[in-house]
Amino acid sequence: MEEGRLIVSASPHIRDKGSVSRIMWLVVVSLVPAVIAGTYFFGARALLLVLISIATAVATEAAIQKIMRKKVTISDGSAVVTGMLLAMVISPGVPLWIPIVGSFCAIAIAKSIFGGLGHNVFNPALVGRAILLASFPVAMTTWKFPTGVDSLTGATSLAMVKGGALDKLPSIWSLFIGRVGGSLGETSAIALLIGAAFLMICRIITWHIPISYIGTVAVIVGLSQLFGGQDFGMITIHVLSGGLILGAFFMATDMVTSPLTKKGGVIFGIGAGVITCLIRLLGGYPEGVCYSILLMNAVTPLIDRYVKPRRFGISGQRT
Amino acid sequence: MKRFRGGVHPHSEKVSGGKRIENAVLPPKVIIPLQQHIGAPAQPIVEVGAEVKKGQKIGEAGGFVSSMIHASVSGKVTEISDYLYPNPLGRTSLSVVIESGGEDEWSEDVKPVDDVESLGNQRILDIVREAGIVGMGGATFPTNVKLSIPEGKEIDTIILNGVECEPYMTPDHRIMVEEPEKIVDGLKFIMKITNVSRGYIGIEMNKPDAIQAMQEATKDEPNIQVSPLKVKYPQGWENMLIKAALDREVPPGALPLEVGVVVCNVGTAAAISDAVRLGQPLIERAVSVTGPGITEPKNLRVRIGTPFSDLIEQCGGLKGKTGKVIAGGPMMGFAMFDVNVPVVKGTTNILIFSDKDAEIGESRSCIKCGRCVDVCPVGLMPTMIASLSAKGRFEDTEAYFPLDCKECGCCAYVCPAKIPLVQLIQFAKADIMARQRAARAASK
Repeated sequence: MEEGRLIVSASPHIRDKGSVSRIMWLVVVSLVPAVIAGTYFFGARALLLVLISIATAVATEAAIQKIMRKKVTISDGSAVVTGMLLAMVISPGVPLWIPIVGSFCAIAIAKSIFGGLGHNVFNPALVGRAILLASFPVAMTTWKFPTGVDSLTGATSLAMVKGGALDKLPSIWSLFIGRVGGSLGETSAIALLIGAAFLMICRIITWHIPISYIGTVAVIVGLSQLFGGQDFGMITIHVLSGGLILGAFFMATDMVTSPLTKKGGVIFGIGAGVITCLIRLLGGYPEGVCYSILLMNAVTPLIDRYVKPRRFGISGQRT
Repeated sequence: MKRFRGGVHPHSEKVSGGKRIENAVLPPKVIIPLQQHIGAPAQPIVEVGAEVKKGQKIGEAGGFVSSMIHASVSGKVTEISDYLYPNPLGRTSLSVVIESGGEDEWSEDVKPVDDVESLGNQRILDIVREAGIVGMGGATFPTNVKLSIPEGKEIDTIILNGVECEPYMTPDHRIMVEEPEKIVDGLKFIMKITNVSRGYIGIEMNKPDAIQAMQEATKDEPNIQVSPLKVKYPQGWENMLIKAALDREVPPGALPLEVGVVVCNVGTAAAISDAVRLGQPLIERAVSVTGPGITEPKNLRVRIGTPFSDLIEQCGGLKGKTGKVIAGGPMMGFAMFDVNVPVVKGTTNILIFSDKDAEIGESRSCIKCGRCVDVCPVGLMPTMIASLSAKGRFEDTEAYFPLDCKECGCCAYVCPAKIPLVQLIQFAKADIMARQRAARAASK
C-alpha cells in the first residue's frame, strides 16, 4: 500500500479558518472609515501622517525582529494597526516627525521589548501617545480645525468644558460627524461607529467592554450633573468627545491587553469609565481616555487571575 | 430544547450518511487485542495452534472492570504477541492473531436463551458481561459494570446517545436508520436491568432520517422519547447530552449516576439486543471509512481485529498523497502511524486526510483573544492552563482545574494562533494525575 509516511500529531486535527492575520487586517479595515473622515475634515496632511505612522511601525518591528533574529511577523498586520491607531490619537497639525517618534516608541518600547505580539501589557499605540504627550506637550496640544469651524479659541470641546466656555461648544451634530477639533481619528463618531459595527459583525469585538466603558462615563457624568449644573446635554458632549468612542471600541478592546473573559471585560470597561471621569471631572487635565485605558491594562492580569467562567456542574461558583 | 455553554460548529461533512452499511470482506487475518476496553486487560484462554470458531471466547476478563474477548472469525490461532492497537500513545497490547479458515461458522457456545421474557435482571447483566459488550461510542467502558448500579444510587432516566457530533463519522446514524427496533429493544433491556421507567434517545438534527426512524420505532413506547438536539460539538459528550436532554449538570469528576442518569451509545444498545436475543457476543461493529483522502467513503460492518488497511482497500484505496489516518473523528481521534492497526470494539470511524487537509500551520504566541475561554463547554480557561504547562509549571495549573478538561478540542479548534492547547493541557493533566497516584501509593 502506497502511503508514504503518515503524519502523527495530537487531536484536534482540524481548525477553523480564523488566524491572527485575519483578525488584525479586519481591524485595519474597520479603521478606514475614521481615517477617511479625518482626511476629509483635516486635509490630505492627515492621511500623510497616517501613512508615515504605519510605515514607521512596520519598519521598526521588522528591523527589531531581524536584529533579534526572530521571525519577521509584519505580515500579520498588527504593526499596521498600531501605526494607524497612533496616528489617530494625535493632533492633525503635528510636525511629520511626531508620528515617526511615536510609532517607533509604540513598537519598540511597548511591544518588542515585552516579547512581541501577545506579550505586551500595555496598549502600544497609547504608550506611544503618552510618551509623545510627555515629551512634546506643545505640539501634542496644538489643535487644527476643519475649514468652516470657528477656530478662534483653539481648544477642543472638552478643554472648552473645563475652561467654562460652554457657549462656544460645537453642536451635537458637528460632534457626531466630526466637524470639530480634536485628534485625527477621534472626531467622527459616525465613522468610528461604522467601523465598530463591522468589527462586531465579524465577531472580533463584543459589546461588553465598549458599552460598559461608555455607559459608565454616561452614568457618572449624569450623576455629576444631577448634583451639579443639571445640564444633561453634557452626557452627550462627554460621550462624543475626547476620543472616548475611539478608545472604547478600538483601544480598550485590544485583545492582548484586555481581560480574557467577558465578565472581566465589563469590569475593565467600568474601571476605565471611572478613571476617565475622575480625570476629566476632578483632575487638571481635560481628557482621560488614554491614561484610563493604560491603567486598566495594568489591572488586566489581576482581573484574569480572579475572574473565571462558571465550571460546568458547579452552581454559582465564580473563582 | 436546552442548550449548553460554548462548543463549536465544524462542518458536518457527513458524506457517508446516506450509504447503507455493507458487510466488509471477511478478513484473511484478524489481530484481536486483549486490551480494547477500559480496565484490566483480558487473559488469553487459547493457545497458539488452537482451532477456534467465530464467537468462541478467547480472552477471560481480567477483573471486575474488564471485558471478555471473543474470536471474530473461525480459523487457527497463529500468534499471541504484542501488537499496536488504536490509542493516542502508540501502545501495544497482547493480541490473539487468528488466520481465517473461511468457514465462518458460529461456535456452539453461541445460542439464544430459551425464554427471554423470563430472564431476571442479574441474568441479563451476566449475558451482557459474557458477551464482552463495552461502550461502542468509543469510550469502551465495560457495559455490565456501567449498568451495575451501586447501592444507594438512585437513577431515574436512561439516555441513549445517538448524537454522533464529530464531523465525518456515520456508523450510529446508519444503525439508527437501518436497525431502529434493535436499538429500542436494547434500551428496554437496559431499562429493565436498572429498574428505570424513563428513556430518552438523543439525536442531532442533522440526521432527520435517523430521528424519523427512531420515532417510528418508539411510537408505541410511551416511556421512551426521541429528543432531536441542536447541532453543536460536543453535544455527544454524555455530560452535554444530559444537560441538553434533562437540564442537569454532572459535577466535575463525577459520573452521570450522581444526577440519576446512565448514558449508553445506540450501538451498545443494539449489541445488547443481539447478545440477549441471539446469544451473539460482540465480534463485529459498524465502522465508517471517510474523509477527503479516501476514494469511496463507506459504512462497513467489520469484524473486530480487521486491519485498517483491508478496509481502506475496500473503499477504493487512498486518494492522492495521504497525510493522516485517524482512528475516530477529527476533533478527538488518534492519528495512527501504521495502517495495519486493527479495528477494535471502540473504533467508530477511519478518517483519511490528505497532506493538505492535515496542515494546521505554525503556532505563534497567544494573543489573549479569549476564544478558547468562550468555547470551552466545561468553563475552563485553556490558554491559562496551556501557557503554564508550556513552562513546566504544572502544579500552578491546578487553580484552573485542568482535570475537568475532556480534551474535546474546541479550544484548539478556534485558536487563531494555532496553539496546541489540548496537548499542553494533557501534559498538565498527566503530571497532576501522576503526582496524585504517587501520593495515594505513599499514603498506603
